[in-house]
Amino acid sequence: MQIYLPIAEVSVNAFTLLGVGGGVGVLSGMFGVGGGFLITPLLFFIGVPPTVAVATGVNQVVASSISGVLAHLKRKTVDIHMGLVLLIGGLIGSTVGVWFFSLMQRLGQIDLIVQLSYVIFLGIIGALMLQESLRALRRSRDPRAPRRKLHTHTWVHNLPFKMKFRASGLYISVFPPLLVGVGVGILAAIMGVGGGFILVPAMIYLLGMPTKVVIGTSLFQVTFVAAFTTMMHALFNQSVDVMLALFLILGGVIGAQIGTLLGVKLKAEQLRILLALLVLAVCAKIAFDLLWTPSELYSITVPGRF
Amino acid sequence: MRLWLVLLLFLALPARGEEVIAGLSQNRVSLTVNFEGSEILIYGAIRREAPAPRDSRLDVIVAIEGPPMPAVIWRKERRVGIWVNTQSQEVRAAPSFYAVATTAPLSDILSLDADLTYRISTRLAIFEARTPGDLQDPAAFTEALIRIRQDEDLYQQLDDAVSLERETLFSTRITLPKNIVEGSYAARIYLLRDGEVIDDFETFIDVRKAVLERWLYSLAYDRPAIYGVLALAIATFFGWGASALFRLIRN
Repeated sequence: MQIYLPIAEVSVNAFTLLGVGGGVGVLSGMFGVGGGFLITPLLFFIGVPPTVAVATGVNQVVASSISGVLAHLKRKTVDIHMGLVLLIGGLIGSTVGVWFFSLMQRLGQIDLIVQLSYVIFLGIIGALMLQESLRALRRSRDPRAPRRKLHTHTWVHNLPFKMKFRASGLYISVFPPLLVGVGVGILAAIMGVGGGFILVPAMIYLLGMPTKVVIGTSLFQVTFVAAFTTMMHALFNQSVDVMLALFLILGGVIGAQIGTLLGVKLKAEQLRILLALLVLAVCAKIAFDLLWTPSELYSITVPGRF
Repeated sequence: MRLWLVLLLFLALPARGEEVIAGLSQNRVSLTVNFEGSEILIYGAIRREAPAPRDSRLDVIVAIEGPPMPAVIWRKERRVGIWVNTQSQEVRAAPSFYAVATTAPLSDILSLDADLTYRISTRLAIFEARTPGDLQDPAAFTEALIRIRQDEDLYQQLDDAVSLERETLFSTRITLPKNIVEGSYAARIYLLRDGEVIDDFETFIDVRKAVLERWLYSLAYDRPAIYGVLALAIATFFGWGASALFRLIRN
């Protein structure tokens, strides 16, 4: 069944959309990842214009993280102070990102920018995930392997404008969390992702936050930054397609439930290797499209359309 | 006196030889959620007062043109290993859809003069902007535009697709693909004798998004703030609602 997307102005198969949403939903339920970094490139592959894919992908992130953040708020595993500092950074980053996005769109380079950012970030995350899951696998076989130190004092803790983050038990400068927030906001605007894959490691390794508040706080920041970015794209690029979002969200919420059940039954640590390989495969496909001589050297853009 | 004037005017008019009258199977196309394209039947007749001349060739051309829009055509070049859009050529107006159906190959039945006057061939239906001086091979850009849109069935050259019976009745079918944009589509029928246009007829097809799609589209462009809030409301409702529902089922 074909459905016509009113903003993207293309027809796509409804079951393909439900499949993309559902498939990524299963993965996000199993591994606790947002999945925005897979949805957006999969939308490129099925012919949704990158501009619409990015703006709609970030709208879908709101749907996939909202129930998580509510649960964490109820359990009080959100460092609200840290969340707010990260959020302020995120709003600044998102604004800059959406401005940059509109500029690149006018210059006819947005597709390239989006594809390049995906190659870089998917390459990094895929490689890190693979390394991490291989290490975890080795550790489960050999319990004597060295473990990571939980808290280390780094240069980050010596910067001025220190602030107390009680829930995290930290007394650090506001600049590192603010800058991390800005970075994540830019990524949300340009790539249509929540940015949890950058935020979580940054909170653990760079800011030294305790793991019990990391997930809740990152979800808090991601949800609000994604909502703000959706709004910015709707206001300045008119590129959010609610029809597309609806199908992705429906597939996604059902997929996430299945994924959560599967995650309990299966050995997620070993499956994580598969997720890493999938991420690397998507990265390779986009890189290939940029490097290989295209069959059509020309492309058309119509001002005011995607 | 008045009667004389009318009679004089009537005599002064050139003798109307042949006229074309045409109709369409539909004047309205609705881009609904499950729109998969639409076939338009264009039919008509040639009216003549005197018997048809026997020594010349009669042809019919049917063209459907979607709303013209400006466009930018980009050419990729390899820079540091990757393919990047480098040069571009602007087009002032190119039809968003263009199909030409004829009774015989277009170049055989249409004189260049008539084509320049009526702009019937695809190449002449596109209005290029002034080319920047440093652009290499500017013609390739317009050719690429036609090639890309032909691949998407947005431009169609349908030679021999018009059937003409007893030099009087004609008909053809043109398919509007699923990827058309909305707007007013002009359907033009040209009657030709020996390569020259002797009569033409124009009617319109109204291609509109269906009610819901139309509403969403105008909301997104006219009231983007409300549209953004709607997008967030849908996301919140389904995101939160679904997990609440599944929690209920599990308990």
